[in-house]
Parts: sequence; structure tokens; C-alpha cells
Amino acid sequence: MGELPILSVTTFLPVIGALVILGFRIVAGANFAGGASKGVALVVSLATLAASLIALSRFDFGASGFQLVESAPWFAGSSYKMGVDGMAISLIVLTTALTPLCILQSMKSIENRLADYMICFLILEALMIGVFCALDMMLFYVFFEGGLIPMFIIIGVWGGKNRLYAAFKFFLYTFLGSVLLLVALIYMYMVSGTTDIVALQNYPFTKDVQTWLWLAFFASFAVKLPMWPVHTWLPDAHVEAPTAGSVVLAAVLLKMGGYGFLRFSLPMFPDASLLFQPLMFALSVIAIVYASLVAFRQTDIKKLVAYSSVAHMGFVTLGIFSFNEAGIQGAIFQMISHGIISGALFFCVGVIYDRMHTRDIAFYGGLVHRMPVYAALFMLFSMANVGLPGTSGFVGEILTMVGGFQASTWVAAGAALGVILSAVYMLTLYRRAVFGEMTNEKLFDIKDVTPVEFFILGLLAVGTLVLGVYPSLAFDLTKQSTADILRLIGK
Amino acid sequence: MNLLADLQVALPDALLAGFGLVALLLAAIGGDRISGLLRFVSVIALAAASVFAFLQFPLGDAEAFNGLYKVSPFVLFAKGATYALGALSLFMSGGFLKTASMERYEYALLVVFAALGAGVMLSANDLMTLYLGVETLSLSSYVLAAFQRDSLKSSEAGLKYFVLGALASGLLLYGSSLVYGFAGGTGYAAIAAAENTVGLIFGLVLIICGLAFKASAAPFHIWTPDVYEGAPAPVVAFFATAPKIAAVVVLAHVMFTTFGPHEASWRMVIAIIAALSMIIGAFGALAQNSIKRILAYSSIANVGFALIGVAAGVEAGAPSVLVYMTIYVIGTLGIFGGVLALRRGGQAIDQVSDLNGLFKLKPGMALAMVILIFSVAGVPPAAGFFGKFQVLMAGLNGDLLWLVVVGILSSAVSLGYYLRLVWAMMMKPPGEPLDRTDLSVSATVLVTAVLAFPVITIAIQMLLDAAQFASAG
Repeated sequence: MGELPILSVTTFLPVIGALVILGFRIVAGANFAGGASKGVALVVSLATLAASLIALSRFDFGASGFQLVESAPWFAGSSYKMGVDGMAISLIVLTTALTPLCILQSMKSIENRLADYMICFLILEALMIGVFCALDMMLFYVFFEGGLIPMFIIIGVWGGKNRLYAAFKFFLYTFLGSVLLLVALIYMYMVSGTTDIVALQNYPFTKDVQTWLWLAFFASFAVKLPMWPVHTWLPDAHVEAPTAGSVVLAAVLLKMGGYGFLRFSLPMFPDASLLFQPLMFALSVIAIVYASLVAFRQTDIKKLVAYSSVAHMGFVTLGIFSFNEAGIQGAIFQMISHGIISGALFFCVGVIYDRMHTRDIAFYGGLVHRMPVYAALFMLFSMANVGLPGTSGFVGEILTMVGGFQASTWVAAGAALGVILSAVYMLTLYRRAVFGEMTNEKLFDIKDVTPVEFFILGLLAVGTLVLGVYPSLAFDLTKQSTADILRLIGK
Repeated sequence: MNLLADLQVALPDALLAGFGLVALLLAAIGGDRISGLLRFVSVIALAAASVFAFLQFPLGDAEAFNGLYKVSPFVLFAKGATYALGALSLFMSGGFLKTASMERYEYALLVVFAALGAGVMLSANDLMTLYLGVETLSLSSYVLAAFQRDSLKSSEAGLKYFVLGALASGLLLYGSSLVYGFAGGTGYAAIAAAENTVGLIFGLVLIICGLAFKASAAPFHIWTPDVYEGAPAPVVAFFATAPKIAAVVVLAHVMFTTFGPHEASWRMVIAIIAALSMIIGAFGALAQNSIKRILAYSSIANVGFALIGVAAGVEAGAPSVLVYMTIYVIGTLGIFGGVLALRRGGQAIDQVSDLNGLFKLKPGMALAMVILIFSVAGVPPAAGFFGKFQVLMAGLNGDLLWLVVVGILSSAVSLGYYLRLVWAMMMKPPGEPLDRTDLSVSATVLVTAVLAFPVITIAIQMLLDAAQFASAG
């Protein structure tokens, strides 16, 4: 013992950074703080990344159950209990790795109130890490809901024209979803006398109770993921959010829904999960096909990527509810991979948005003539989004479909249709924005990616390719937690 | 020496009453010149009374004045809080009173007597004592509401409050007389022992109406938005906190102890009042533009929430009511502190749009207000969430799932207007610069904000223990 509680350090390090910036902001005024906040935020987010990597190095890949557990009594049956399994720590590292990139990107593209922005962003990071660390329902809920506040402010202050509508819709939609989760949480606490996640995973709820609890949890996670038909907040939020906000939203916040299904719905209510399997399959396939078709019709690049996110999250639910190793492994992998790819795509959109301040596809065209490097990187991520072999997108989609196939042939067939459709909309987007003659005069002086942008996109490209060629990197981490989940649902 | 023993039980109230009388005498001599001094001394007296109330905790249940008066940890908890809130709201009011040229000696005295009334009604062990306390509180409150004499709105608020309040007092009295007739006594013990007859229930319902009016629970809430809007801000800061916690706890106390044996008869009544309050509070504020009106509806909704705990019955609900109200009044006090502190060219702000860009103008104040608003709205990780959690749990324990669902959905609706306030402060471009904030207000707002998050969030167990102890008494 005597070691640092590494998970708490990882979680609260960004908060310390935010407080330092706030201190500057109050003592030295907004201008000075704006300059200082760049350095502070970057250093703090890198330190957080380092802390999460230390946690990863202490993590025993082969062991079952939760590791690095810290616990302190909080109130009544709840405690401050943190711990991770392979699935959680992989999502934590995803979060901590993306945040420095987001901060790097925001330094240039955020023009006003930079210090406040960095404060919000660091607090958001802390809450996101907390969600994946929490081993107590109460603590989980606090982090889960708390994350809404900074995101609300980020969209509301630094968003686009229609930000009022988007920020309110985002907040109210997700809040309404999660209050039902709260009722379920209170009920579970009353029945079992604890909010400890490990204890609840082993608590035998009766079948009827499971059904209701499952539905309450479903309301929350389905909105968060988001699943069709409660996905409508996502395109609005994405379109209005600043680039880094979109990146975090797509890469991490959406994953909380999938994480919730895997951490709570399946292990705690196995019977109900089995009961609702057909519903989830139907919704997944609808999400995949419908969202792809909608994406095809978009004229706004960000909206297109947002709908593509909805479609890809359909693969996640498909994999989760196939209840087999391939499906669940695939779902977790798809979450990580989508985190990188969709993050990268939003960065790509951000690159041209920062230059031209429009996201209209028709505005662009022929970018390859002026921005060859950008075109190449954008090509890579488009292909990864389609699921080209060799990229991480392929591994996630194929595995979830294999898992789905084992459970139901028709579902896998429907999902496969979605893969084709994703190629349709992504390639169309790419052709219209990047290829062709450059006819728009305003585009004639557009500059290729700056070194910073190249650095960000390059790192993400490496991530996509490495995970695509050598997916075991992630599988080694998530294998044991998949086995744990399968054991808990009795399969 | 029976009187001495009695006075010892009633020490905080006796102290305050004595102080009030002496101060009245001094004020008659000194006039408005000593009003600043008087306010200062009153704050100290209220704070001292609060401390004494908490110190009486180990006393347990104790009766005095031939059973007319009784203290128990449950009411002492609320009494201590009431006096402390009275002290704090008086402490904050100095700057406002000076700029609004309302600096008159009656102000501090009226607050003291109102708080005393709240304290007496909490300690009542007889319907007559209860009425005495309610009237002392009410009469002082009517005058306070109309305290800004040259403001039309303030006078209107006072008059409205008086007319409707008198009606509520009448209901309370009529209910008491019915209960007296059917139970054969006005003492709480006699009523608890009485047979459950239709007449008694009739009286019970009327008493609930009278007390619900004081707590501004729907459908007896109509006065609240008008009075909050018209009355001067420091008065509203007082109304929304000290008498509020007292009224809710009195309602809970009367239900739990006096009518405890008749629990089956009132639980549904309270549950319906709670549901109505939450729904009206949530929807009523959506279309409002005045901050004070929004906060009035917010208080209606929050009282509804607290009443879930009452409806859940004594075992499940008592501690949760205390926890909920404590956290709520801390949040409200802070928010009203902000509202009364913000002035533009000597004029108190009133519209939501007046808050625009507050974060740019006064970042510290805005941040504190945002924390407090999220606390009152019940969004984690702020403390308000844990209060809501406690009452919701009590509701489920009391088999009131429907009420819990109503509460949760209405709290999602009410977020609509809480977010509007946050929106105005954080995201709108700032308007004209604001006047300097008084130090006393800034300090209070800051302290309440730090309490709302993170202090209570981390130390919630201590509050739970205290409430548990107070309820177990």
C-alpha cells in the first residue's frame, strides 16, 4: 500500500487545472488568464494522460473483476468507490488521449473567453473519467449527470448560431432520460440496501422487477447513446457545438450509453435483457439503416457525420445484445474505434470550418487541389468510417456483425446493408467536398493543414491504423471484462 | 420554580422575545438614527437564539407551560435553522435598505418578531399556541411585504398577502374549532388520542389548508408570485427561507405527531397537494420574465417536493423533510442574496434579461449563482440533488411511486427555467455595468455556494445523521 490512489488522481487532476485557471481568471483578469490557460490546460491534460497510463501499467490484463479499487464511505449505503476493468480503462485512456488534442485544437479556433472554455473542458474531462471509474451507482449518477452542465455551457457559449436551441435540447433530453434512471437507482437501493455496483451485479432481482428497472435504464442510455428514435438531439448538438465539443461528444459522451448497457443493464438484469433482445435488435437495425439514409441526404457536413454516429452506435447495441463473446468484444472495440474515427472526422470538419466558417457541402469541392495532405487524411478517416479492412472501423463492424449473425441471421443482414449505405454517404461526401474542379472562388486561397492540425490528425490516423492492423492491443484489455459480463448473464 | 424551568425549555424563544421588547423600547427612544445599530444587534440576537436552539438538542422532548409548549429535536432543528436564516437574511439586507431609502428601525424588529412567531409555531403543543405563532409570523410578514412604502407594488403585495393570509388564518381557526369540538381538546396529545370521526377529519383538512397556505403549497399558492414580486428583495430573501422551512416543518410536525394516529386520513391529501405544487411550480414559471416570480414558482415546486417526504409518513419521511428543506433554503438564500445584491444605477434588478452577461461583469458572483441554481434545481453534483434523492427515497418507501414519478418529471420540466437563468448569466452578452456589491452579501452568497457544492456533497452523511437524530428524538 501507500501508493497513490491513481484513479482518483486521474479523475481530479483536471479539476485542479480548472481551479488554477479560475484563480488566474479572478486574480489577474480574463486576458492574462486566456493566455495562461493554454499552457495550464495542455500541461494538465497531458499529466492526466500520464496518470491514466500509469493506471494502465498497474492494470493486470489477465485478472477478472475490478482492479485498482479505492473506497471511502460517503453516505448511507453509498460509498466513494472507484475501480476499473478492461473496458473501463480502455475508455478512460481514450478520453485522456483525446482531451489534449481537443485542447490543442481549441487554442486556435476558440476566439473569445478562452480561459472559461478551458475550465469547462477540464471539468468535463474529469466528469467523463469519473463516469468510467465509478463503482458505485450513486457516484456514477453524479458524474453522469454532472457532465451535462459543462457540455451545456460549452455548446451554449461557444456554439454556432442556433446554440440556444441545441443546448437546451441537449440538456433537457438527456436529463429527462436520466431521471428515470434515478428512480430505478432509488428502488434498487431500497431493495438491496446498497448502491455498490459489484454487489448489485450479483443481486438477484426478480423477473418483473428486472423488466421495469431495465426499461428505466434503457430510457437513460438509449438517449445518451443515442438510439433511434431518441437520437434527434444529437445532430443539433453536434452542429452547434464547437469542434472540440463535437469531438468529445462523439468520441466519449456517446460511449457512456454503451458503457451503461454493458456495466448495468446486462449484468444486473440478465433476464430482462434477454427479453428485450428482439426490441434492441430491431432498434439497432433501424438506427443503422435509417440513420445512414438520413445521412446521405444531409447538406451540412457535421450533420452528416452526426447521423453516421447514430448508425455506428447501432452496431454497438447490436453487438451488446447478441450476448456472445464476439458481439460484446466487437461492441467495446467499436466504441473505442468510433471514438477515434468520429473524433478525427469532426477535427477534419473543424479544419475547413476554421478557414471558411461554413459547413455546407455544396460550398466546398476540389479541395484536393489546394489541400493534398488534408485530402489524404480525410480520405483515410472516411474509409475508416466506412469500415475498410486495415482500419479499426472494419474490426468493430465485422465483429459486431459476427456476433449478431450468431444470434440472428436477419439482423446481421440488415446491419450489412448499413455498411453498404455508409460507403454511399461517406464516398459521396468525399467526392463532393474534395474531388472535382474547384469552382468556388472563395476557396482559391485555402491553405493546407497547419503543423498542429497535421499532428492531431496524424496521431489519430496512427491510432486507427494500429488498431485496425493489430486489434489484439484492445482485445487483450477487454477480453477479461467481456468474459466477466458473459459470466454474469449466465452465458 | 416552575416558571424558570418552563423558560429554560423555551429559552431561545424567550430570549428573542425579551430582546424584541427591549429593542422596541430602545427604538421608541432612538428612532431611525439607531436603525443600523439595531439591525446589527438583531442579527446577533437571532444568531444567539439559533445557537441556543441547537444547544437544546440533548434536552430531547420537553414540555412547558402546562403542555401548551413542547420542544423536540425535530422542531429544534428547524427552529435553529429558522433563526439562523433570519439572522443571515437580515445581515444581507443592509446595503439594499440604504440605497432604497428603507432604513427604518421597524425593519429589524419585524424580522425578529416574524422569526419569533415561526419559532413559537414550531414549538407549539396545542392548536392555540400554534395559532399564536402563525399569527405573530403572519402579521409581521404583512407589514414587511409592504415595507417599501412609496412603492405601489410593495403596498399591493402587502395588501394581497394580508387579505389572503387572513382567509388562511380563518381556515386554520375554523379547523381548530372543529377539531376541538370532536376531539374534546386543543392539545396535540388529546387530538392524537381522539377517535377518528368525520368531524375530526374535516377539521384536519381545514388545518392542512391553513398551514399549506403558509408554506405556499398549491392550491394555496396564489399569493406567492405576487408577494415575491412586489415585496422588497431582502424581505423576500427572508420570506423564502426562514418562515418557509418553519412552515413546512410545522406541517410535517402537526401531521406526524398530532394527527399521527390518523395517518391514513391525511397522507393522500398531502400527496395530492405535493403533486399539484410540483406541477404548478414547474409549469408556472416557464413563461415568467421576472426573476422573483420565477423563484416564487420554484419555491412552490420545492415545497411540493418536501411534502413528498411528509406524505411518505413519519418513519420514512421525517428525516428527509429536514434534509431537503435545509439544503433548499441554503440554495434559496444564496440566490436571493445574489438578486438583492445586483443593482444597476441604484435600481434593483428584476427581469431575467437584467442578469445578461453576469459572468462577464461579476464572474465570482455568477459562478456562485450557477452552483446555487443547479443545487435548487437538483442537478448533481450540487447538494440539492441529494436532498431530492432523500425525499424520493422516502416517497418510494411510503409506496408513493406515482408521486415520485410526478416529482421527477416535474423537476425535468422546471429545468427549463433554471437553465434560462444560467443561460442569461453565462451566455448572453453583458448589459450596462452593475453597482458595487455589498461585502455582507458577497460573503453570504459565497458561503452558501461553497456549502451547496462541494461541502454538503462530500459531507452529506453528517447532515443525514443530524436529521436522523433529530427525527428519532
